[in-house]
Amino acid sequence: MSGQDHGEDGVSRRKVLECMTWAGTGVLWTVTGGVPRSLGIIDSAEAATAATPGMSFLQISDSHVGFDKPANPNALGTLEEAVNKINAMPAKPSFMIHTGDITHLSKAAEFDNAERIISQTKLDVHYVPGEHDFIDEEVKLYRERYGRGTKGHGWYSFDAGGVHFVGLVNVVDLKAGGLGNLGAEQLAWLEDDLRGKSKSTPIVLFAHIPLWTVYPEWGWGTEDGGRALEYVKGFGSVTVLNGHIHQVMQKVEGNVTFHTARSTAFPQPAPGAAPSPGPMKVEDARLRSMLGVASINFKQNEQRLAIIDTPLQG
Amino acid sequence: MKTLNRRDFAVAVVAAILLPATKTRAADDMEVHIDNFVFQPAELKIKVGTTVTWTNRDDIPHTVVSAGKFRSKTLDTDDKFSFTFTNAGDYKYFCSLHPHMTGMIKVES
Repeated sequence: MSGQDHGEDGVSRRKVLECMTWAGTGVLWTVTGGVPRSLGIIDSAEAATAATPGMSFLQISDSHVGFDKPANPNALGTLEEAVNKINAMPAKPSFMIHTGDITHLSKAAEFDNAERIISQTKLDVHYVPGEHDFIDEEVKLYRERYGRGTKGHGWYSFDAGGVHFVGLVNVVDLKAGGLGNLGAEQLAWLEDDLRGKSKSTPIVLFAHIPLWTVYPEWGWGTEDGGRALEYVKGFGSVTVLNGHIHQVMQKVEGNVTFHTARSTAFPQPAPGAAPSPGPMKVEDARLRSMLGVASINFKQNEQRLAIIDTPLQG
Repeated sequence: MKTLNRRDFAVAVVAAILLPATKTRAADDMEVHIDNFVFQPAELKIKVGTTVTWTNRDDIPHTVVSAGKFRSKTLDTDDKFSFTFTNAGDYKYFCSLHPHMTGMIKVES
């Protein structure tokens, strides 16, 4: 895609097709005012970011440090590649969010290795846990590291650049046969957290498992995610950022844009495209085109967040 | 006729008792495999006293949890969890990491 901002003219058919080629199928692209837009490949995306004043932040997800199976024998190595990409960006992002599954098995060494690599970005990182971060015996390693100042199992909110960010936890107390779960306590907190906020405040909700129902057959959704979305309905610009499914997927519903980020560790199949959502083994040459990070740009006066998914390669 | 001495007789008796018992236990032990995020078989009918062993054959960790009854540690690839059912009843269970994965053990007395 071109390096210029899309502006109000929209994206030409050719550009859209280029985007589709780059990202693969299954991504909804939009240039409607007031909602995030996905932009192009790394070089032009960087140019777009550099040319656009405003606040930008990064999303990184599903690093699964400790994973060493055939789908990617060196998940720590690809995390490091992602960090190198981030460090090479011409415009330094304000901060980073990590949407969970930092580790594969919640081992102390895995958390330590992840921290050692991610800290090389020298960015503030706001974490939410994935289910893989809560499987140590005492369920304490994540909270010891990232739980300070959070509520409940680790939810919290903060403001940056005029945007209100809310980190949610939907990987605890999962019920048999069900999906991701926020729970009554967290929902009550969220309702309270948003109370009194001006409806023109852009809202970013981030959590590990998609808050919208992507594919319930594989558990890709959140049982009570709809309740959270009720609370943000009146806001002019809402962006929901998730991980868990290890692929880019986007949906726009009214003023709400849903977006999932790639993993830095291994890809997972498109919904229903394989017998299970397990790690997908692809040719070595293709792996890095299916891993990556996302950067999100917020322009002060337009209230639109542009999401740029950047693969590690290709 | 050659008579068994006391010691040989005792060994023979012990063997006769142990052998069928061992065989019976082996026949009763049951296995559930986790493949592709599915418990196989999804439903198992067993007698009281049977031990069921779950083996995770996925590249992703799973758990085996029956609320209030049993709970495995997180099972990484090829890890196993065993539970002996001493009471009759229906035991629904699931993977607490991937709750769409469910299974059932029906235990008859």
